[in-house]
Amino acid sequence: MSQVHVTTKINGDSTEYLCDADETLLDVLRDRLQMTGSKEGCGTGDCGACTIILDGRPVCSCLVLGAEAEGRSVETIEGMANGEELHPLQRHFLNGAALQCGICTPGILVAAKALLAQNANPSETEIRYWLAGNLCRCTGYDKIIRAVQSAAAEMRGETHAA
Amino acid sequence: MARVKLWGSLSRMADGQKEFEIDAPNIDRMLTALGEAAPKLKPILAKGVTVSIDGTLYRLDKFQAIQPDSEVYILPKMAGG
Amino acid sequence: MPLDRDPADRTYKVVGHRHNRPDGIDKVTGRAKFGADLAAPGLLHGRILRSPHAHARIKSIDTSKALALEGVKAIVTAADFPDHPQVLEDGELTNIRYNVMAREKALYDGHAVAAVAASNPRIAAKALKLIEVDYEVLPHVVDVELAMKDDAPILHDHIRTEGMEDAPDCPTNVAERIELGYGDVEAGFAEADVVIERQFRTGAAHQGYIEPHACLANISGDGSGDLWCCTQGQFMVRDVCAQLNGMDVSKLRVTPSEIGGGFGGKTTVFIEPVAVALSRKAGKPVKIVMNRGEVFRATGPTASSAIWVKMGCKRDGTITAAQAELKYQGGAFPGSPVSMGAMTAFACYQPKTLKAIGWDVVTNRPKQAAYRAPGAPMAAFAVESIVEELAHTIGMDPVDFRLKNAATSGSKSAYGPTYSDIGLVETLEAVKAHPNYAIKLGPNQGRGVASGFWFNFGGQTAVTLNLNIDGTVALSVGTPDIGGSRASMCAMAAEELGIPYHHVQTIIADTGSLGFNDVTDGSRVTFASGLATIEAARNAAKVLCERAAKIWGIPADAVTWENGCAVPAGPNAGEFPPMTIKELAKKAGETGGPIAGHFEVSADGAGPSFATHLVDAEVDRETGRITILRYLIVQDAGKAVSPAYVEGQMQGGAVQGIGWALNEEYIYNDKGVMENPGFLDYRVPVASDLPMIDTQIVEVPNPGHPYGVRGVGETSIVPPLGAVANAVAAAVGARPEELPMSPPRLLKLMKEQAQPLAAE
Repeated sequence: MSQVHVTTKINGDSTEYLCDADETLLDVLRDRLQMTGSKEGCGTGDCGACTIILDGRPVCSCLVLGAEAEGRSVETIEGMANGEELHPLQRHFLNGAALQCGICTPGILVAAKALLAQNANPSETEIRYWLAGNLCRCTGYDKIIRAVQSAAAEMRGETHAA
Repeated sequence: MARVKLWGSLSRMADGQKEFEIDAPNIDRMLTALGEAAPKLKPILAKGVTVSIDGTLYRLDKFQAIQPDSEVYILPKMAGG
Repeated sequence: MPLDRDPADRTYKVVGHRHNRPDGIDKVTGRAKFGADLAAPGLLHGRILRSPHAHARIKSIDTSKALALEGVKAIVTAADFPDHPQVLEDGELTNIRYNVMAREKALYDGHAVAAVAASNPRIAAKALKLIEVDYEVLPHVVDVELAMKDDAPILHDHIRTEGMEDAPDCPTNVAERIELGYGDVEAGFAEADVVIERQFRTGAAHQGYIEPHACLANISGDGSGDLWCCTQGQFMVRDVCAQLNGMDVSKLRVTPSEIGGGFGGKTTVFIEPVAVALSRKAGKPVKIVMNRGEVFRATGPTASSAIWVKMGCKRDGTITAAQAELKYQGGAFPGSPVSMGAMTAFACYQPKTLKAIGWDVVTNRPKQAAYRAPGAPMAAFAVESIVEELAHTIGMDPVDFRLKNAATSGSKSAYGPTYSDIGLVETLEAVKAHPNYAIKLGPNQGRGVASGFWFNFGGQTAVTLNLNIDGTVALSVGTPDIGGSRASMCAMAAEELGIPYHHVQTIIADTGSLGFNDVTDGSRVTFASGLATIEAARNAAKVLCERAAKIWGIPADAVTWENGCAVPAGPNAGEFPPMTIKELAKKAGETGGPIAGHFEVSADGAGPSFATHLVDAEVDRETGRITILRYLIVQDAGKAVSPAYVEGQMQGGAVQGIGWALNEEYIYNDKGVMENPGFLDYRVPVASDLPMIDTQIVEVPNPGHPYGVRGVGETSIVPPLGAVANAVAAAVGARPEELPMSPPRLLKLMKEQAQPLAAE
């Protein structure tokens, strides 16, 4: 089977790769590009550990084919920090003990980033429903919700950095 | 002489005896003496039990000292998650 | 390791304060390497063929067509795990081998039958379809009570019921009967003013870690090699994989990856010995990653149960008799946690008489694995339901009723031994004083309370601490960090050495770099690796004092370690300015060589942890949906080393318990095939299902740890099942006897028991 040639933008950088026609974008990221920050928890779009932002929308990369990324823009957890400078969400997750094992963390951070991009001041309920597609088995979500709230407040300029 | 108490189904294997007076300096000697006093217990003791001395559970250490006035319980093997 | 001194007198500089974890940055940036994140040159991908039948004889396996497929490099079956003497001598190891790869019979839907290594995952998947297995389908049984019947399909011909003198000498699915208790329960019931009994059932819940099992084995031509995997115990993986593959233990080095959740489910092996066998056969590195369906069908959920409880009390609240019969099915092999269910069932109370009987039963389901306080939550659900009902029946406040009967420091535990210092009463009093207890409830809302107990364990532990040239410290521990334990290790080492938290770096060592450690289980890490870290640091401080003594030309015992410096012990020792850890580190080579401390121990004295949970729930009478409105956890941590992560353990355990109570269960069809092996249909709690989870840490020091630490990870899953059931019972006026309380079950309960119970 001949492979598909794809040209896309990942975390702002132009990228080219070859992939099988039936290969998911998650497998391309992890196996071909060695970007293992996006995780596979289910492969069926139920857990959200593989969440990436595709053309501004959060999606499960296990449900997107590698070939579908042609000409589009992909943002992953690897592109969230700016060099040594963490994104406020990353900082508040760290300071707020919003992760335990950390396997769901990349997907939740990416999903939360997408939320704050379209709603700078989400209510607790809005955060809970937005993140309902991202499973976390360790924390009971409490500290995750609080970390998103405090990062959002900082990004709105209401509080100082954590 | 420490009083060694058995959990229920273990005492069935010891012909219903629930308590033994055993003079032993540590868990290892105590278990050997218990096996001699009630031979049917031997295979169960060999498979592994938890020993409580004065309220502290010992799952591994066979050479933990037993005082003459210690409260000793033989309990099933235990594990956590 | 006894408590140092009266903790009230002690002030901690590092321990008990909030610090960021050493692995944190890597985990928020995607850099952390989990089980599936490693690659290797020439990597092959392994996939496992699984039985589609609940119970079937394997008449033959033909792998020739699969082997002929281009890209397939190796196939293994049970024949590749032959009868090594060390395997046959150990019953549990024999069972693990059978579970890892079916031999003669497949015992459950999802049981591994063969495995393929191929040049990419898609070829491996194609190859599985070309393997021809000839099955003779056998009758199956998945229900615990049906499996106990005389005419039930038998899984293993060799099983006879242990713990029964008069057990018949014929095959059975009942592996063990256990019994414990004291006093005459019949007399106890006769003394009671109120007696209540009920029959309860709980479904099998899966640990539900988000990271599927994953490993990468690389075995060289000389038979030695490496294994990378996500596990709760790298030493356990090494020992089991080596033995099943007939290797010397020294030939296999296991490196634990970051672990994406375990909760007990990663305390055994599934794919790891298979990857080793495939890699050895193919002569190339082999990676196996389970998909979610495999995780559900072939790894351990906890036991499902049928539990009968009968309790009696006097009008003044005194519990005079407590009786239980617990039936747990632990899947296809013996070893359900029923004995721990029986021991923990009444551990929060002091009934005057007690009798508990437990049955360990095998069925055609996956071999159960430990799940957070194994065996305890289902027993606590049954007992706490009856306790709440007794309290209501005699018109007593449910917290007061529990206080009246609560286990206390120095009281005799329900399972025998006398408790040392414990904190149940403190948790109950804190719940009673909490504002949540006084909030007025609306219609269709109910409030439930439940308490819970877990033993906590220690275990074999080795820790090594090395001083670096700049005075910072490298700490190696052997217990995988699931929830932030490295931060606690850093804190304890820093506390002892009198240096800043961030001067200690803790790593989880591979099996070649450190002495044996038992798996991370039994809430043991902060306790056991913690006390070993403290002792290792004290040993290092002793060496530091000796070096300073050498430099000063005074006896070693004339030097003590204070605030990160060697100082003369008293005026007689001479006058020398304090020598810092940094100065001593720099001079290590000149004063005798590298400075280190280590400690090895079979740690005991973990000290139990108690908790009380308070929940308000609201029931939608039309749909049967249950909403958790408020949730409060109060738990004894002994001494919270990292308070934020103690809270996290409490919250996470409670939410797993809420899932078990409301949604989660294995559903089987009439062929014994699991119908919901995915997160869509096996529904774990999501963010929108829950409120914030309030926490309050109580600190009653554990006399068995220098700082008073108790494990906290497991107790938190014990009360929620009962607490939620009690809240629902209060809301609808009918008592849930079966978990999970899914909407159809709750609707049925409300329909059948439309009249509110007189008691509630």
